[in-house]
Amino acid sequence: MEMFDQEEYPKDRKLSADENKILDQLGLFGESRRRFIAKISAASLSVLAAPYFSLEAYGCEKAHPITETSEALVNEVQVQLHVNHTVKPLHLDSRTTLLDALREHLQLTGTKKGCDHGQCGACTVMVDGKRKLSCLILAASCKDKEITTIEGLADESGLHPMQTAFLKHDGFQCGYCTPGQICSSVALLAEVEHGEASYVTENIRDIQHHIELSEEEIRERMSGNICRCGAYNNIVEAIKEVQTGKDETEKWQFATAEQMQKASSS
Amino acid sequence: MRPFVYIEPKNPQEALAASVANSAAKYLGGGTNLIDLMKEDVERPAELIEVADLNFKEIKATGKGGFLLGAMCNNAETANHPEIRKSYPLLSMAMLSAATAQIRNMATNGGNLLQRTRCPYFYEVSMPCNKRAPGTGCGAIKGMNAQHALFGWSEQCVAVNPSDMCVALAALGAVVHVQQADSGMRTIDFADFHRLPGSQPEKDNTLQPNDLITAIELPAPVFSDHYYYLKIRERSSYAFALVSVAAGLQIRDGAIAQVGLAMGGVAHKPWKLTAAESFLKGKKPSAQNFEAAADLAMREARPLSDNGFKVEMGKKAIVRALSQAYERTA
Repeated sequence: MEMFDQEEYPKDRKLSADENKILDQLGLFGESRRRFIAKISAASLSVLAAPYFSLEAYGCEKAHPITETSEALVNEVQVQLHVNHTVKPLHLDSRTTLLDALREHLQLTGTKKGCDHGQCGACTVMVDGKRKLSCLILAASCKDKEITTIEGLADESGLHPMQTAFLKHDGFQCGYCTPGQICSSVALLAEVEHGEASYVTENIRDIQHHIELSEEEIRERMSGNICRCGAYNNIVEAIKEVQTGKDETEKWQFATAEQMQKASSS
Repeated sequence: MRPFVYIEPKNPQEALAASVANSAAKYLGGGTNLIDLMKEDVERPAELIEVADLNFKEIKATGKGGFLLGAMCNNAETANHPEIRKSYPLLSMAMLSAATAQIRNMATNGGNLLQRTRCPYFYEVSMPCNKRAPGTGCGAIKGMNAQHALFGWSEQCVAVNPSDMCVALAALGAVVHVQQADSGMRTIDFADFHRLPGSQPEKDNTLQPNDLITAIELPAPVFSDHYYYLKIRERSSYAFALVSVAAGLQIRDGAIAQVGLAMGGVAHKPWKLTAAESFLKGKKPSAQNFEAAADLAMREARPLSDNGFKVEMGKKAIVRALSQAYERTA
């Protein structure tokens, strides 16, 4: 619908069928319709139409995008966030953590908010290849840093080997801690590759490369990722498989049709 | 979290000037403690001055045979630095016992020195706490104090310093390098860096307003062969120490030539066991001497209502840490 001018309307302009329909529904006829139209200035009837043609007419809430104008932000920071090899310019409140920037502003909801206080590890991402807690990092502190989230691990050739291993070994139950667990274990492999020691490493003065991780080492190095379902045994198996490159037999299997039949008949 | 202005100074001078210009400003390093405390409404800075990217990131040898650890190096790269692991394994071991891989990747060395206590009364803003809100009283002294101090506490505060790194630095006898508001440099002996609560528990250390930590200096290594950091906690990883002991020994001709001994989880500051150190110097590294040193170290303990267990635990921990340090063959 076109804009109209208060002066020339309604005398010179004929209403369209749609416009008439709207005014009919508003219960405005004859003189009152003319007076009403004269009162609304510099506006289009489409404004009135909106409710009738939107989801709200059917009782659905309409989603309003959050406007990110400088007026809406008290302490605005501008951040070029490099995430999974894509650069996104963002205007954020200075309080925004990396976690909230990823989830609320970039719709990368793979990274999970667990405790939001650095105690559970669900928000683990990699910043310049190092595993960190996105809930305790300000987005503003991440300028010029390369961030890798769970969404950035798979490539055209398929899932990251750690993702495949978590699937194979059933390294999760509810799955909420899983993106953090996987990011953490991927970074762990790089740390081990660099010969980095942990608190349980026997002789930390002896710097070894390509350490083969004992179960104790894996548990200590993964202690920052809590799993409330208790899938720890399977997580350890998954990490062990990827780290050693040796096929670990999974501790579970889907039952075959034959086995199912046998079970139900016995 | 309350609103704050975020600024990124280009150099230390700009950071210091920004701090001088706003008394409600705080320096932001790794954020592992400060951001959490801001979410809890314990810390309420009006401005954050990003210092993590300032150029204090080197780990290098000093001319005096020691090492300088940049204040903005993170705990992980410091603990796993090949030279630090080789010459100061006690420090590496203590640092690796702390927190988690993720937190060690974030936390800076300077920030580690400034960690606030984990006393639950300090964290819970509805509770009285002289450290958080001077004059409101101490919730812990007659409350739940199993985690709290044995030494050096006052009626105003019974909280403990939570750092592991600092316990090792106390045993090693480090020095803190500080840049002042006028850009002048000064050094603080590690033993004088943290303070006891006294009547001003809100002050954790002896830094002056605006002071910026630039580096931690380690003296020439003497405990690289015989070292152990024992950390006793309620689960085997990712928990603060109930009691921890950093023990370093230098053995010459079958006797203890030098000894560094400090405890964590027992005082408002890393607790250097000076009397036990003097006792051990020149003596044979025997179980008997280790036990006598531990008795001496715990003699001044003043347990609270719930933490009496720490006295016996402390004695055993000292003996065990010294034994492990001695038995360790390089």
